[in-house]
Amino acid sequence: MVAGNTKRIVIEPVTRVEGHGKVTILLDEDNRVAQARMHIVEFRGFERFIRGRPYWEMPVAVQRLCGICPVSHHLCAAKAVDRIVGVDRLTPTAEKMRRLMHYGQIFQSHALHFFHLSAPDLLFGFDADPAERNVVGIIRKNKPLAVQAVKMRQFGQEVIKATAGKKIHGTGAVPGGINKNLSVEERDGLLSRTGQMLRWARDAVKIARDYTIEHLEMLSDFGSFESNHMCIVRDDGAMDLYNGGLRAIDAEGGTIFDHVPNEAYLDYIAEEVRDWSYMKFPFIRSIGPEDGWYRVGPLSRVNACDFIDTPEAEAARKDFLSLTDGKPNNITMAYHWARMIEVLHSIEMIERLLQDPDLQGDELITTGERRGEGIGIIEAPRGTLFHHYKVGDDDLVTMCNLIVSTTSNNEPMNRAVRGVAEKYISGRPEITEGMLNSIEVAIRAYDPCLSCATHALGQMPLEVTLVGPGGDVLDKKTKDG
Amino acid sequence: MSETFTFTIDGVEVEGEPGQTILEAAQAAGIYIPRLCHKDGLEPWGGCRVCTVTVNGRSASACTQPAAAGITVENETDELVDMRRGIIEMLFVEGNHFCMFCEKSGNCELQALAYRLGIAAPRYEYLWPTRDVDASHPDVLLDRNRCILCARCVRTSRDLDGKQVFGFVGRGPGKKIAVNASARLSETGLDVTDEAVDACPVGAILRKREGYRIPVGLRRYDGTPIGSDIEKGASS
Ligand code: SF4
Ligand code: FES
Ligand code: NI
Repeated sequence: MVAGNTKRIVIEPVTRVEGHGKVTILLDEDNRVAQARMHIVEFRGFERFIRGRPYWEMPVAVQRLCGICPVSHHLCAAKAVDRIVGVDRLTPTAEKMRRLMHYGQIFQSHALHFFHLSAPDLLFGFDADPAERNVVGIIRKNKPLAVQAVKMRQFGQEVIKATAGKKIHGTGAVPGGINKNLSVEERDGLLSRTGQMLRWARDAVKIARDYTIEHLEMLSDFGSFESNHMCIVRDDGAMDLYNGGLRAIDAEGGTIFDHVPNEAYLDYIAEEVRDWSYMKFPFIRSIGPEDGWYRVGPLSRVNACDFIDTPEAEAARKDFLSLTDGKPNNITMAYHWARMIEVLHSIEMIERLLQDPDLQGDELITTGERRGEGIGIIEAPRGTLFHHYKVGDDDLVTMCNLIVSTTSNNEPMNRAVRGVAEKYISGRPEITEGMLNSIEVAIRAYDPCLSCATHALGQMPLEVTLVGPGGDVLDKKTKDG
Repeated sequence: MSETFTFTIDGVEVEGEPGQTILEAAQAAGIYIPRLCHKDGLEPWGGCRVCTVTVNGRSASACTQPAAAGITVENETDELVDMRRGIIEMLFVEGNHFCMFCEKSGNCELQALAYRLGIAAPRYEYLWPTRDVDASHPDVLLDRNRCILCARCVRTSRDLDGKQVFGFVGRGPGKKIAVNASARLSETGLDVTDEAVDACPVGAILRKREGYRIPVGLRRYDGTPIGSDIEKGASS
């Protein structure tokens, strides 16, 4: 509860069948921001639905969780189920096929987010007329960019199709391996286009980089704050989006924990329930619920890894960190730059993998001794994703716990919203266009998947409602998601 | 084959032998009559009515109706096709079928028929019944959510395996597939090598742990619609 005389600004969706998000901003007597909260109504229906289903269904069934990131859920569940069938190491063919699928997903998801959702904000400015500040505006102003966005997305989807069998709801990853290898025709078809994709990825890094450096002063003060960062890293500390131990660093780059085995995540991460939000707030146990929150996603990964194992992305990472003298970059809007570094890394990885003859191997599935529990952790496009299952002797799932990236970024998004709300509040109890836009831009930097977080499909249209001290609505504005 | 006779299906002259059903004679002539509860090698059951045709203008199930000299059979009329669609749609809404993640997808006869008949969405409302899963058997899963009560498992177990593992209990909407034990599948004599395990046209009886091992593209009905093998058999 907020004591005293405060007013509320509520941003909430206009219509939604299942699950929705809204932002509430409380104003004090002097019309200053007293508190800002992003609410996402979360439905736990999925965990219930999954209970009582056979474990081998998980990698395919969990794709129902989210129409936006099905591949991440597919692979994460497959990793958890690998453990259940007693497999700790896949055949080279299986692991590389899965990685290829994963980089395809990262590539297309990041490209879509950047060009379709964020580039308009960056290229036209947050305050530009919303009629211009959208993907249609991009097409009108910069046709090649728009075409390239579509082609990059298509390419990523074709990588997914070649590895999972379908662009959405594929079945590629199965317990202990993969159900297909890559044919020479599939390989050659993809390889013929990686050169172009690589060039476009370089351009994308440059757009995001130049934008950040040009607006550094403004962005440093735009929903930015110091935070911990978390991701998985390879044994040697390299960025690894598919497999690795958990690492968390503080805002200065100091280690909080490192190389934590996936099975031990619950010893390091806990989830707090707050009475005002259905979405949980994960935190680092050793620090506690108050200050133990952390960010995940591209910014955290680029900040926390020791290096990137592909030359161009590594050069881009060094360039990125030179801005902060090698310390973590805590600027919210730097997510975009980090995201494009990962696009570059993904296409470098895709190219490397495609040249690997292991992809044509036919040892696809490994078996082992059945276990009662499995945990899988993966770096999804939006950040660290956890899938945890317990399975009975009859092979049916008895427990399922998921922590999606957007849930980890819950507290950070709240902070970002508060930051921009404070900056753009006009001194009057009204929702200015600038405030509305900025809140949207700040949330968007995290690329939240409300669909994942709420286990429902769709985007988030915004409705802003301003409520006065007596609970009366002072102002109301809406915005499509 | 001195005793053969002829009749027509949709105007095409077809040869029949005494003792053949319309469905069998059609099949021998390379004409596919859609079916679900019928399975080659099993006694006809006549339960699902998907194979309904008209014989001299009157409805009959082709899987049970004997072929006869001179009869006029209609198979592919708009009316019959729509009636079949209706049956398939009803089967979809009566159970809990999630093709999207069902491991039988691509190999499922119900789904394949829906595709062949061009069903986009059922005309009826989903009933979302509460059904249970029997996972007690170490190697076989019985998921009643997907059962369409075709009795193929019942007949296969009885007639081919000589075991009577499966049967039905209840009637009307409460009818369900049951196992011949006080409670669970694990208590029956079902063996994973039994023919009954492969009898199910949908994903209600499954070998455990096989899941999605067949990649998309190589599944039974990925390339050609259900019935194509019968239709191809004629031209070759
Ligand atoms: S379990 Fe399968 S074979 Fe048996 S009645 Fe049900 S649908 Fe038919
Ligand atoms: S196939 Fe003839 S009634 Fe089922
Ligand atoms: Ni999602």
